[in-house]
Amino acid sequence: MAQRYIGQSVKRTEDPRLVSGLAHYVDDIKLPDLHYVSFVRSIHGHAKIRRIDNSAASKMPGVVRIFTGEDCRNVGSVPTAGALENLKVPHHPVLALNKVRYVGEPVVAVVAQSLYQARDAADAVVVDYEPLAAVVDPIKAASPESKPIHDEFSDNIAYTWTLSGGDVKQAFKDADRIIKQRMEHQRLIPVAMEPRGVIARYFPGEKELTIWSSTQIPHLMRTQVAIMLGLPENRLRVVTPEVGGGFGSKLNVYGEEALLGHIAMQLGKPVKWIETRSENFAATIHGRGQVGDVEIAIKNDGQILGITYKIWADLGAYHQLLTPAIPTLTGLMLPGTYRIPAIRMDVTGVFTNKMATDAYRGAGRPEATHVIERAADLVAQELNMDPVEVRRKNFPAKKDFPYSTATGLSYDSGNYEASLKKALKLGEYKKWRREQEKGRKKGRYLGIGISTYVEICAMGPSPAMPAGGWESATVRIEPTGKVTVLTGASPHGQGQETSFAQIAAEMLGVDLDDVIVIHGDTAIVQYGIGTFGSRATAVGGTAVYRAVQQLIKKASVLAAHLLKLPKNQVAFRDGKFYSSSNPEKSLTLQEVALASHIAKNLPKNYEPGLSATYFFEPKNFTFPFGAHLCVVEADRETGSVKILKYAAVDDCGKVINPLLVEGQIHGGIVQSLGQAFMEEAVYDENGQLITGTLMDYAIPRAMDVPWLELDRTETPSPVNPLGVKGVGEAGTIGATPALVNAVVDALRPFGVKHIDMPLRPEKIWRLMQKEAQ
Amino acid sequence: MIPEAFEYFSPASTQEAISLSRRYGTDAKFLSGGHSLVPMMKLRLATPRQVIDLGGIQELAQISDQGEKIKIGALVTHRAIETSQTLKNRCALLPQTASEIGDVQVRNRGTIGGSIAHADPAADYPAALLALDVQIEIEGDSGRRQVPAVDFFLDLFTTALSPGELIVAIHVPALPRGAGSAYQKLRQQASGFAIAGAAAVVSKDEGGKCQKIAVALTGVGPKAFRLTRVEEALRGKSLTESNVTRACKDVAAGVDVQGDIHASTEYRTAMADVFARRAILAAAAG
Repeated sequence: MAQRYIGQSVKRTEDPRLVSGLAHYVDDIKLPDLHYVSFVRSIHGHAKIRRIDNSAASKMPGVVRIFTGEDCRNVGSVPTAGALENLKVPHHPVLALNKVRYVGEPVVAVVAQSLYQARDAADAVVVDYEPLAAVVDPIKAASPESKPIHDEFSDNIAYTWTLSGGDVKQAFKDADRIIKQRMEHQRLIPVAMEPRGVIARYFPGEKELTIWSSTQIPHLMRTQVAIMLGLPENRLRVVTPEVGGGFGSKLNVYGEEALLGHIAMQLGKPVKWIETRSENFAATIHGRGQVGDVEIAIKNDGQILGITYKIWADLGAYHQLLTPAIPTLTGLMLPGTYRIPAIRMDVTGVFTNKMATDAYRGAGRPEATHVIERAADLVAQELNMDPVEVRRKNFPAKKDFPYSTATGLSYDSGNYEASLKKALKLGEYKKWRREQEKGRKKGRYLGIGISTYVEICAMGPSPAMPAGGWESATVRIEPTGKVTVLTGASPHGQGQETSFAQIAAEMLGVDLDDVIVIHGDTAIVQYGIGTFGSRATAVGGTAVYRAVQQLIKKASVLAAHLLKLPKNQVAFRDGKFYSSSNPEKSLTLQEVALASHIAKNLPKNYEPGLSATYFFEPKNFTFPFGAHLCVVEADRETGSVKILKYAAVDDCGKVINPLLVEGQIHGGIVQSLGQAFMEEAVYDENGQLITGTLMDYAIPRAMDVPWLELDRTETPSPVNPLGVKGVGEAGTIGATPALVNAVVDALRPFGVKHIDMPLRPEKIWRLMQKEAQ
Repeated sequence: MIPEAFEYFSPASTQEAISLSRRYGTDAKFLSGGHSLVPMMKLRLATPRQVIDLGGIQELAQISDQGEKIKIGALVTHRAIETSQTLKNRCALLPQTASEIGDVQVRNRGTIGGSIAHADPAADYPAALLALDVQIEIEGDSGRRQVPAVDFFLDLFTTALSPGELIVAIHVPALPRGAGSAYQKLRQQASGFAIAGAAAVVSKDEGGKCQKIAVALTGVGPKAFRLTRVEEALRGKSLTESNVTRACKDVAAGVDVQGDIHASTEYRTAMADVFARRAILAAAAG
C-alpha cells in the first residue's frame, strides 16, 4: 500500500510563514525596556591595546554602560570541544584583553537605549593600538621564525594529528608511479542570509536568564554559556526562534552569546545585538582553509595503493567550538569511494591572525572529497585513462558492504557503480566526450568533470562525538487527538517541521495538519544535540519514529482494555485500533487519547496521559554517496567558464520527502559552485580582510546557476529503522570536484593538471594564454 | 541600517531641492535610488547631515519621445529603461545596457541620474551614454544647461556637476534606422560591475561598409572613454572579424588601468580589447 506521507513530496509547512513575512527571527522579538549593544571591534590583525578611552562615548545620549575585557574577567573562555591530544587552547575572552588577534575581534561593548545611540557611542570610543606584525599564511605561521600570536605558547602550532591505516611505506614501495600535488582549499565565508543575533533578559526574582539566539544548537549552547557565566544550567533558558540559515556558522558558541547574558545580568535590562553584515564577514566563523600536499601511489593499471596527505590547517586566532576537529574529518574520509589499503594524513593546525575556521557545510569532508576526486583525475591523466575507468577500478563492489576503510570507518551500505552508471547516462557522458573531441579541433574548450563521493553523516555515535551523538524526541497525543512532536534537533531551514510531521502522521494515521513539530526552546523541549552534520533526520527522525512506536504500544494497551480484548488481538492501522478478528470493533486514536487523559477507565498499572520520549543513539554513522557529472566550456579569450550540463545522482538512503532532498541538493551544488568559481576570504599581509563586503566577496546568484538535472538511487542504511542517511551536505561535498575536474579537463590541451580554487576568470585566462596542444 | 543621524527632506520640485542643497552645502546629499549612497551610509563611509530625497519629484521619472531625441528623466529606474518600449524601438542600446546592471531588485530601485551623478568608474551606463553622444541636462541656481556626455565624466567619481546642481534628464538621440548597437561586459563576480564593458553603435552604408561608428569603454580606467582610434580605424571599412580584431588592439593604451583582487591591470587591459571587439561585432551583426 502506498504510504500517505513518507516518501511523498509534501510541500514545506514552514514556507507560508517564511514567504509571507510572518516568521519571527531574533530581530523580530521586542521586549519592554530593551537596550541595544554595539561593538567596537579590532581594526588590526594583530595589535597591543595600549589604552581604551571611553570618556567621550560614555557621556553620549542614551549610553548606559560600556564594557571592556576588564569588566568581563569573570566570564569564562569561549569554549572549544576539540578534544585532541596536546591541543593548545589559548584563553579566548569574550572581549579582548591586552591584545587583539584578528580583524573583527570584539574589544568594547557599548550599551545604549537605542541601536543608533549604541552605534554612535561605539564610534566615539578611542582604542589606542600598537600594531604588531601579523601572521596570515599558515605555512609561514607554523615556521619557527614566526612569533607566536599567543604569548602563553612557544609557537603557532596548535596541534599536530596523524591518522594512519595500512602499510603506507609498503604501498609507496610497491607503486609503479607516485603522483604529487599541492592543493589548497581556500577560506570561505558562510554568509547565512540572517546574520547572528542575540537577546538576553534576566529576571532577578526568578534568577532566570533567557537568551534568544540564532543558533543550530540551543541545548549545547545552554550548557556552555551556563558554564561561562557560572549559572546553574537549569536557570538558563535558550530560545531559538526562526534561523535564517546556518551552514555550520551557527553550530557554535560565540562570545557574544555569553557576553549579552553577562550584560543583562549586570544591568538588569534586556539587551539585544544583531550582527551587521560587516561583522558577519569578519567575526562569524569561516570555513575550509587547508593547504596540503597529496601523494598517490599507483599501479600502471590505475589501481590506487596508497595516499598520503600532509596539511596545514589555517585555524585562525582562537579555537571556536569545533575548530581543531574539522581537519580530522578530512582524514577519516580521505579514502572516498575507493578501496585504498594504505592511508596517512598529517595535520598541522596553525594559529593565524584571522577569524577562526570551523564547520561550514561539509566541514572537512568537502576537502577530503576534493583531494581524492582530484587525485582520481590526476591518476587518469597520468596514465591516459578514462577517469570513469580509474574510478570503477578502485570502487569497492556492492557485496563488499559494510566496507571497512583503512581509516577505521565502516561504510554502512553502498553501490557506487550504480550511481556512477546512472549519472553517466543522465549526463550523456559519451555524447559529451564526442562533442569535446569535435570542439577541440575548432578551438572550443569543453571539459567533462566527474565526481563520485561518499560522505560521513548522521553524526553520530556518541563515542565519536565531543558532546553526545544521539538525538531525542517526545511525541504527545493531546486529549483532543492532536499530535505534538518535540525534537531535540534544531532545524533552521532544512524542513524537518515537515518531514518529522510526515513520519509521525504516517505512523499514527493522522492528517499532517494535526501534527506540529516544536524545537529550539530549552524550556519546552527535552535536551537535544542539534542540527548539523546531516544528522537531523537520520538521528532525530529516528528518535521520532521510536517515540511514536512506544506511543502506539502504550495506546494499544489501553485500546485492548477498552475493547475488552487480549492485547495480542488488537491491531493498529490508519489511526484506528482494531480487533484483529472483528475489524468492526474499533477505537480511533483520538478516542484512546481522550480516555488516556480522562483516566476514568484505565488498565491496572497504566500511566495516564499519552506521550513517549525516546533518545536514539545510532550505532554507526551513515554514508550517503553519489556521482556528479558536469560539462563546462572555457572561453579562451576571457577565462570565463560556462556550465553546459550538470547531472547529479545522489543516494541518501530512503527518502522521507523527495522535495526536501532536491532542495538540499540544489542548495549544496550552488554553494559548491561558489567555492569552485568565486568565493575566497582574502586577507592581506597585515591581516586586513579585503573581502569584507558582498561587493568584493562573490557568492552565487540565481543567474549563476545552471539547470541541474537530478536523480537518485536508493540504498537504505542499515543503521536506523527508517533506512535514511542524510542529505544536507551532499551537494557541497559532491559537486566541487566535479566542477573543478571539468575545468581542468577543458584546459588539458594547455597542459594543465591541477588548478586551485576559486577558478576565477583571470586564473583560467592565464592558463589558456599559451598555444593549445 | 545604522547610519549616523541625518535630517531628511523630500522636496516636491527641483527648485526646492536645489535651494535645500544651497542652504546646507556640502553636508547635504541628494538621494535618488539610493544604491550607492545608502550602502556607504550603512558603512558610515558617507555621513551626510541632510539627505534630500529626490524621489518625490514626479517630473524626473518620465521617459518621453521628443522626435529626434528621447528624454529620460534622471529618476527613471534601470528597470524602466530596460523595459521601455520607446527605448527598445528607438535606442535599443540603453535597454540592453540597463539589463546588464546588477539584478532585478537593484534595477527596480537604481536610477540613471543617480548612477551617472555618482560616476563609478565601473558603472555600465557611461559607456553607452558616451557611444550615444547624449546630452545631460543639469539644473542649478542659475537655471538649466546641457552638457555632452564626453564633457560630463571627468574622473573617478567626478563629474561636471557643481555643488548644488542636479541632473534632471538625459537627452538621447534616437538611433538612425539600420544602425546596430551592443553593450558587452565582463562582470566582476561579486558586485556585478564591469571589469570591462564596451558599448558600440554602428551604421553601415549600402555597400556594407562602416559609415558611422562610436565605441566607448567603461570599467577599465578612472572614467569611461571613447575609443576614437578604433573608430577612425574602422570608419569606411568592412566590419569583418579580422578588421575589427586588428582595430581593437591595445584599446586601453595610455589609460591608467587599475588592478584589484578581481582583475589585475594586465587582465583588465586584455579584456578591454576583447569586449571592445565583441561589442563592435555584435553591433555590426545587429
